[in-house]
Amino acid sequence: MAQPPAIEVRSLSKVFRVHERAPGLRAAVASLFRRTYKEVTAVDDLSLSIAPGERVGFLGPNGAGKTTTLKVLAGLIHPTSGHVRVAGHVPQRRETAFLESIALVMGQKQQLLWDLPPVETFALNRAIYDVPQDVFAQRLAELDDLLGLRAVSGKPTRQLSLGERMKCELAAALLHGPRVLFLDEPTIGLDVAMQLAVREFLRAYADRTGATLILTSHYMDDVVALCPRVVVIDKGRLRYDGDLRTLSRTVRPDKRIAMRLRADGPAPDRAAIERLGEVVELEATRAVIQVPQEGVRDAIAQLFASHDVADLTVEDPPLEEVMRELFASTGDARAASPGDGPRA
Amino acid sequence: MRRLARTYVTLLRVGFAAALAYRAEMVVWMLTTTMPLVSLALWSAVAAEAPVGRFGPSDFVAYFLAALVVRQLTSSWLVWQMNQDIKQGSLSQRLLRPVHPLIHYSAENLAALPLRAAIAVPVAIVALVTTGGGHFARDPTVVGVAVASLLGAWLINFLTMAILGSLAFFTESSTSAFEIWFATSMLLSGYLVPLEIFPAGVRAATDVLPFRYTLGFPVEAITGRTTAGHALAQLGVQWVWVVVLGGIAIAAWRAGVRRFAAFGG
Repeated sequence: MAQPPAIEVRSLSKVFRVHERAPGLRAAVASLFRRTYKEVTAVDDLSLSIAPGERVGFLGPNGAGKTTTLKVLAGLIHPTSGHVRVAGHVPQRRETAFLESIALVMGQKQQLLWDLPPVETFALNRAIYDVPQDVFAQRLAELDDLLGLRAVSGKPTRQLSLGERMKCELAAALLHGPRVLFLDEPTIGLDVAMQLAVREFLRAYADRTGATLILTSHYMDDVVALCPRVVVIDKGRLRYDGDLRTLSRTVRPDKRIAMRLRADGPAPDRAAIERLGEVVELEATRAVIQVPQEGVRDAIAQLFASHDVADLTVEDPPLEEVMRELFASTGDARAASPGDGPRA
Repeated sequence: MRRLARTYVTLLRVGFAAALAYRAEMVVWMLTTTMPLVSLALWSAVAAEAPVGRFGPSDFVAYFLAALVVRQLTSSWLVWQMNQDIKQGSLSQRLLRPVHPLIHYSAENLAALPLRAAIAVPVAIVALVTTGGGHFARDPTVVGVAVASLLGAWLINFLTMAILGSLAFFTESSTSAFEIWFATSMLLSGYLVPLEIFPAGVRAATDVLPFRYTLGFPVEAITGRTTAGHALAQLGVQWVWVVVLGGIAIAAWRAGVRRFAAFGG
């Protein structure tokens, strides 16, 4: 028998009623007597299914409905319509068994007690989630292995750096062993090294525990590193659901060839390179060109024939550009349709 | 239930650690609740001329020192915490945990009690010494009622703060509602003036309103200004208020969380 999905969303919509008024004193006074509201559709008829153990990235511009969707899945927001099941539960009921099986980490909100060392939050969560002492000790040791907590978890939270705090936030969120992990911008504000550490940790954690992981991030590197599958949401609607590579190829069916020339060899021949494709970058010993997928083979052959190549790589265009193009296109003609990607 | 008790002990322990971390702020805050000392000086001076009703100077000393102790041990500041959690969205973190946020709040509130007792106990000793102990309850029933009334007073305060705090789900002015409650309470709880000095009509009204059960009633029980029968009857009224306010607090909380969930927190 097939395993039931970890997350099942059918025709989810969320409409917020927002108070609206013009600027100025007159409007402020008028709004005391007659308030006008407008309806904002944050999530519009969203359907998706995520299997246990999958790692899925939610992508979309600001205001696309990503965080609203995550909050609905975590039971913090009631849907206006539609059906949602997470780990076999209806999230909005917030039953104990449901809350024990999920964790939501928000990069911009913290659960650590500000004036106490993180170990106190860990102890608090152990009690709240009723984690047996031996299991708690073992999980803490595992998290310490992956995150190096010991050095920081005894200092008051307010004295920790942003990166140290995020490590402890993750540990606090994972001590009860959630099966479904929601991450809303977990690397926001972190430096590159710390972003990498958090990414590696999340991947190791998901591999080790088989947890389902849903991630939203503005850092495309997070998504590339962690999520084989992406769900693209724009204006509350599903634009794409499938693997990252297919999305990239569908939206931007071209490749980037990055070539490094020998330092002691001749300079790159701009005219020759421009004939092969669009020049993205051209320096004394380095050139990046964009060529149609079917032209990659010829372009490489010609680059080798006309230049003293030290190193050459072929890559997909950066995901940032793919996304920019996807959201810039008005119709769905160039963007992949929701049905294109494989469903879990 | 066993699990909740175990969890509650940890909530109290961590809450106590947090209270210790905020000790300086808390001491300053507690010092702002020394109004009874002002009343004490004022009314003792008045009573030095001639007794006010049944109150001579030492009666006022006992009453207002007991009032100070009761206030230290039973006050709640939940409305501020809830206001902050709701407005800043940090309530989400509480809602995600498998323990009811009101239970968690109550533990945070109670955990500060040992620190408050550190101020209240010396005051109680001063009260006993300066008044010779003759102004405090001796009847075991009244002593029992006094202890139970402290718990009841704390519950009424906590539940009222939960109701007023829940207003923050609906309006920007939940703390203004608190100010109105607080001003009324100062007058009608016996905090500024012992209620038995009020005219009979006002006294009758305070008997049925909740305010007196947050302060005046426990103070009267502690200072032995009541009979066992009357004290038990008043305890009954106090706990009816606890039940009523508990029901309203839960309903207000649920309605608020529904709105929070509708608007997105």
